[in-house]
Parts: sequence; structure tokens; C-alpha cells
Amino acid sequence: MSAAENQMETQAHHEKVNYINVRTTLLSWLVTLDHKRIGILYLLTVSFFFLIGGLAASLVRMELVSPKGDLLESDTYNKMFTTHGVMMIFFFLIPSIPAVFGNFLLPLMIGARDVAFPRLNLLSWYMVAGGGLLALAALIMGGVDTGWTFYTPYSSSFAKTQVALTVVGIFIAGFGSIFTGINFLVTIHKMRAPGMTWFRLPLFVWAMYATSLIMVLGTPVVAITLLLVAVERLLGLGIFDPARGGDPILFQHLFWFYSHPAVYIMILPSMGVVSEVISAFSKRRIFAYHFVAFSSLAIAIIGFLVWGHHMFSTGQSMYLGVVFSFITFLVAVPSAIKVFNWLTTLYKGRIELTAPMMYGLGFIGLFTIGGVTGLHLAAMATNVHLTDTYFVVAHFHYVMVGGAIMGYMAALHFWWPKMTGRMYPESWAKLSAMIIFIGFNVTFMPQFILGYMGMPRRYHSYNEEWQVLNVLSTAGSSVMGLGYILPLGYLLWSLKYGKIAPQNPWNARGLEWEIVDAIPHPHNFETIPIVTQEAYDYEHWHPNKPAQQPVIVGGGKS
Amino acid sequence: MSNTTQDLSLDPHGAHGHGAHDNPHLGEQFEDIAQQYDTYTVGMWAFIVQEVMFFGGVFAAYAIYRYKYLEAFSYAHLELDVFWGTVNTFVLLFSSFTMALGVRAAMLQARKAQIGFFLATILFACVFMGVKYVEYSAKFDHGLIPGHNFTLYTEHLNEVREKHPHVAEAVEKNPALVPQMELFFGFYFAMTGLHGLHVLIGIIVIGALVIRAWINKNKPLDYMPVEMVGLYWHLVDIVWIFLFPLLYLVGGH
Ligand SMILES: [Cu+2]
Repeated sequence: MSAAENQMETQAHHEKVNYINVRTTLLSWLVTLDHKRIGILYLLTVSFFFLIGGLAASLVRMELVSPKGDLLESDTYNKMFTTHGVMMIFFFLIPSIPAVFGNFLLPLMIGARDVAFPRLNLLSWYMVAGGGLLALAALIMGGVDTGWTFYTPYSSSFAKTQVALTVVGIFIAGFGSIFTGINFLVTIHKMRAPGMTWFRLPLFVWAMYATSLIMVLGTPVVAITLLLVAVERLLGLGIFDPARGGDPILFQHLFWFYSHPAVYIMILPSMGVVSEVISAFSKRRIFAYHFVAFSSLAIAIIGFLVWGHHMFSTGQSMYLGVVFSFITFLVAVPSAIKVFNWLTTLYKGRIELTAPMMYGLGFIGLFTIGGVTGLHLAAMATNVHLTDTYFVVAHFHYVMVGGAIMGYMAALHFWWPKMTGRMYPESWAKLSAMIIFIGFNVTFMPQFILGYMGMPRRYHSYNEEWQVLNVLSTAGSSVMGLGYILPLGYLLWSLKYGKIAPQNPWNARGLEWEIVDAIPHPHNFETIPIVTQEAYDYEHWHPNKPAQQPVIVGGGKS
Repeated sequence: MSNTTQDLSLDPHGAHGHGAHDNPHLGEQFEDIAQQYDTYTVGMWAFIVQEVMFFGGVFAAYAIYRYKYLEAFSYAHLELDVFWGTVNTFVLLFSSFTMALGVRAAMLQARKAQIGFFLATILFACVFMGVKYVEYSAKFDHGLIPGHNFTLYTEHLNEVREKHPHVAEAVEKNPALVPQMELFFGFYFAMTGLHGLHVLIGIIVIGALVIRAWINKNKPLDYMPVEMVGLYWHLVDIVWIFLFPLLYLVGGH
């Protein structure tokens, strides 16, 4: 036993030691190797980038109130939607659930003391935060106007903006994400507590596993691609430059080989969260556990074979298009399996409509709309009509905001008591869930119609007949903005004034609720638990009795 | 890996204590040294998979352009120096051999042999980089630098004519080949440059192992980092084993 641990033991007589109060200096946070603290660091970081991305979005929506491009010049407008996309995708959505909740929860859920490589974990955070700051610096030094996709030749031959710096920032953050993926894969493979077999894992862990696979297999490809763009800009290599024999379309192939699966980096973790939330608040075992678990893997694997559906209008071979279209339809199958299994879990469940549950149910509805409209885009004939219109914008916002961010909000509320030891104010949280849900639909439903009518994306002006729907959309986005500001207020408030959280406020199953302290100990478990039962064993649950005495028998090795 | 505990019992501190945290090399997050060993191994292999995907992107791009511009690529590759390429291949293969011997020495806690083999590996790696320097400067002199000084097939076509008359003739007939050949050299520098960067990183981490072994002369050392660096170095070797034939050897077939 080290001296530090002895000291902790004496402290315990006065106040229970937890991962927050064990050390309190700023430095102790900046050099921490504790996965829970690193999760909190990520929470702060991605919230900051979310704010920047959100500000850019509100400028975009404000410009679109009037059909003339009068608020922002077209160049400025281009920079704003690029900022919105880059910040939201690379520095909020991709790290959001995996880096915040994956880090915080994975070791707690599988019965480990930490992730496999704590130092690498801290390094990943510095890379993501540092990469984000570089991208932010590029923004201050004049911004980027290529869109988050960095299509060549906008980003190469014709670029006049800070492409190189932004790309370097994304490259660094990308390796942070790769290291997180490696860390999680190894943690899930090698750090499970005795008895925690693969099919006893919570479904959130399965989702993290599938997500990590994509991070490790996909991110390096976009890294090398962006590196080649940077090299083209800085050294004059012509790999994507038609004037020098290169092919700009090759960039799109390489880019979407990662960036389609990246959509699943954003949505799979949310699906994992929803599986947890739905079963905890229906007090029912998740229906068809194996199907939900394997559908995560299926989505991750099939997701690597569909990238060409972003390129139906680039002149790629029609036969290739048919194949990509067909495989894209296939991805809908495992996604639908999940949705049906969640619905079946709800059936005859004891449903408690808490805030996380409301976000979770919101996820199911909005994700389904996002998924089904994805099929319109996957079909080649309709795709040609809808390519680069607001229909596409609406579709992916339904998936990424309606899906991924609803899941993120569900997770934030569900595990807030475990992370902070305080309960958030329930009625305020429900109110914000309602506001976000309504605001979101008012914002993006009109954009489906606009896109169908032919309004192209990425222009700062548009035809006058589209104004009504655009004003509606902007109004909705203001409502949604309010819905996101509310949690910022009441969650911060709850840190000081919230009710002290009990160990298991939701009477939920899972190691993190049943045997981890109300606020986890720095080492998570006194002794590593021995797991004897499956996850989601709600069969013996009674309303007046807390969850059955542990599933878990103590007495690990250490 | 059933024999891991056996390997590790060579470490005098690790194997006999019952308390999990008696071993100074055991990370806090692990229950025992065998788990730590497995974890690091799986992690390193995952990293290697990542590296394969990383290089895979540029290999795929190369394959596509080679298919597209077969004629130009088969002419351009004649300007690469097969002699030096072969020398470098053997140098790297030998370095992998000394690396493997070093890893074995570390396993047996043979400190002097370990330092010696790692220094030999570093020496071979430096020779590799030296040969690359010779090759790169030859490209500079001949005007084969894409984007900056790519003049061999335009201003200095006579130099080409001396060695490969059919290439000069083809270029005269079809000047569109020149930018395609420039692309070949773009790939040459991008791929060998990226690989060279990995060699440099290898030199640094092997150097760190040498320093670690040197400083902790009388203490038993954790074997794990050596195994990890060994795996990394073999990866660097294998990437070259693919690069060499793809760039230097295959012609227009
Ligand atoms: Cu896609």
C-alpha cells in the first residue's frame, strides 16, 4: 500500500473519499489518470466546442431568415456553416458519448479499476482538446470555407482559407480518437471482472465495442487522406489535383470510407445509452439482448461498405451505385431490429417518464424519422433529385441531433447523479426535454419540405417562395437553443443545490448502480466483484423494494 | 497465451508474491501480471491494425493510379535505384533480426546483450536513413521533385535518352505522360517519407530502451515495453517489404 492510499484511509473517517474530493487542485485534474476524471475533462471540453458550433449555427439560421443574403456575405456564410460542421462533428459528436460516458462508465460497468491504458487515455484528451484549439485558432485567423467535408479541389487547388491548420487540428484529434478506440477495445477484451462474460455485458458496452472498432479501422484512413490534402497544399503533390493527373473524386472515396462509418461513431453510442435507459425505466429486461448486441456489430461492419451512397451524382459507375444502394438498404435492417426491440421492451413495462426516459423516447422517434428518410437518399432515383438539398440537411440532423444528441442528453441526465453525486431538478429537465423535442422538429421538419422543393444547401440566399418555411425553421432553432441553455443552467445549479443522490436513484441494474458508491471511489471497487448474473435482471423487481440484493458476490482477488 | 506467466516468472519480483500489487511493474488497474501482459499485447496489435489502415489508404491510392497510369508508372519507376533499394531491404531485415535477438536478451534479463543488440538495431536504422538520404538527394539532382523541380522529362530529356531511350521516345510522343510520372514520384516521396518517419520514431523509442537499460543497470526491468517496441519495429520492416517491390521492382505488367 502506498502512502497516498494510507492517507486516503484516514480521511475516510471524516468524509467518504470519492474521485472528486480525493484531490482538488487544478493540476491534479490536468495530470489525472483516473478514467472518471478524464471523462469529466471531456465533458467540459466538448460542451465548449458545442457552444462554438451552436453559435455558428445560430448565425447561419439568422442569415436564412430573409431570402436575400443580407446579414452575412457569402464568404462569411461559407465560413460559418463550415465552423458549425467542423466543431459539431469532429469536436463534439465524435468524442461526445464515447469519450465522456465511455470513459466514465466502461470500467465501472465491466468491473475494472480503470481502462487498460490510463496514460494513453489522458494523452487522447490532450490530443482532442489540442486539435480543437488548433481548429479554433484557424477560425480566428480567418476561418475555413470548404464545408466540414474538405472536398478537393475546394480544399486544395482553390483554397484561400486556413485549410491546412484546420486539417492538422482534425488529424491530431483523429489520433486521439484512434487511441480512445484502442483503449476501449482492449479494456473490453481484457479488463472484465471475473464472471462478466460477453453476454452479461450491458448493451452500452457492446455499443462502445462496435464504436471503437470503427474508430480503429476507419479513422486512420481519413487521417492519411487529410494528410495527403495537407501535403498537396504545402508541398505541391498532385494526388487530388486534376491539373497534375490526380483525381478529386478519389478524395471523396477515401473521405467517405471513414465519414460514413463516422456517422455510426455518433449514433451507436446513443443506441447503447437508449438500451440502458429504456430497460431501466421500464424495469424490464431488454427484449432479445443478443439481437441488440449483434446489431451494433452488424451496423459497424456493414457501415464500412456503403460509402458510395454519398457519390451517386459524381459519375461513379451505375453498377457500383446499385451495389452501394443495396448495401445501404441493408444497414436499415439492424437499425430497425434495435428500434423494434426497444419498443417490445416497453410493452407491459412499468414505464417511468423521467427526463432521461423522455430523451430516450425522443431518440427513438427522431432517429426513426432520420433513418427512414435515409432510405429516400439511399435509393438512386430519388437521390438524384434530393442530392445537396435541404432534404439531406434535415435527414442527417434527424440522425445526428435528433438521434445522437438526444442520446447524449439522456446519458447526461441518467448518469448525472453518479458523476456528480447530485440529483438534477426533474421538472426543469422534463421541460427542457420537451422544448428541445418541439424546437427540433419545428427546425428540421420544414427543411425536408424545402429540400423536396429543391432548395440547395450551402447558399446564403434563396428563392422568395421558400421564406415562410425558412422563418419557421429559424424560429424552431431559437426554441431548440433555449432548450439547450436550460440544462446548462439547472445542471450547474444542481452541483451546489441539487438533492444529494443516493447510490442507485433509479433502482436500476448494473454494477455502476448496485455496487459502486454514490460518487465512485477513485479505485471504483473495494474488491473486484465476481459477476454471477446477466445484465438487466429486472424480473424480481418490486415497486416498494429496492432492486434485489446484488447480483454480485464480493470477494475478488486483491 | 498459456505460457505468459512462465515467461514472466523470469522477472524475480513478479511471480512469487501473492498480493497483486507486490510487483513494481504492475499497473494499478491490473489484477496480476499475466493480465497486464495480455492487455499490452492486444493493445499493441490493435495499434498495428490501425497502422495497417493508415498505410492502407495511401497504398490504395497508389494502386488506383498505377492501374490508371500503368505506362507512365512503369517508365517512372526505372529512375528508382534498385541497388540501393535492395541494400536497404537487407539492412532493415538485419535490423529486425538484431531486434529479435535484443528482445530475447531482455526476456533473459541479459543486460549487456540487450544493449548491444539494440544499439546494432539503431545502427542499421541509421544506415537505412543514410541510404534514403543518398537516394533523395539523387532525385533532387535529377529534377525529380514533384511540385517544385520536376524537369527530368522536359528540360533534361537527353539524360533519360542515354539510359532508357524508349522512355524518352514515349514522352516525346505523348507529353501527357509527364504529369502522370510526376504523380508517381509524389507517391514515392509520400510513401517512403511516411515510412522514414516511422523509422525515425523507431530509432527514438529503441534509443529510449537503451537508455533505460543503461540507467537501471542493477534493477530488474519490466520486459513489456521491449516486446511492444519489438512488435513496432517488425511492423516498420514489413511496411518496407511491401513498399520496395511496389515502387522499385514491378514494371508495366
Ligand atoms: Cu453515408
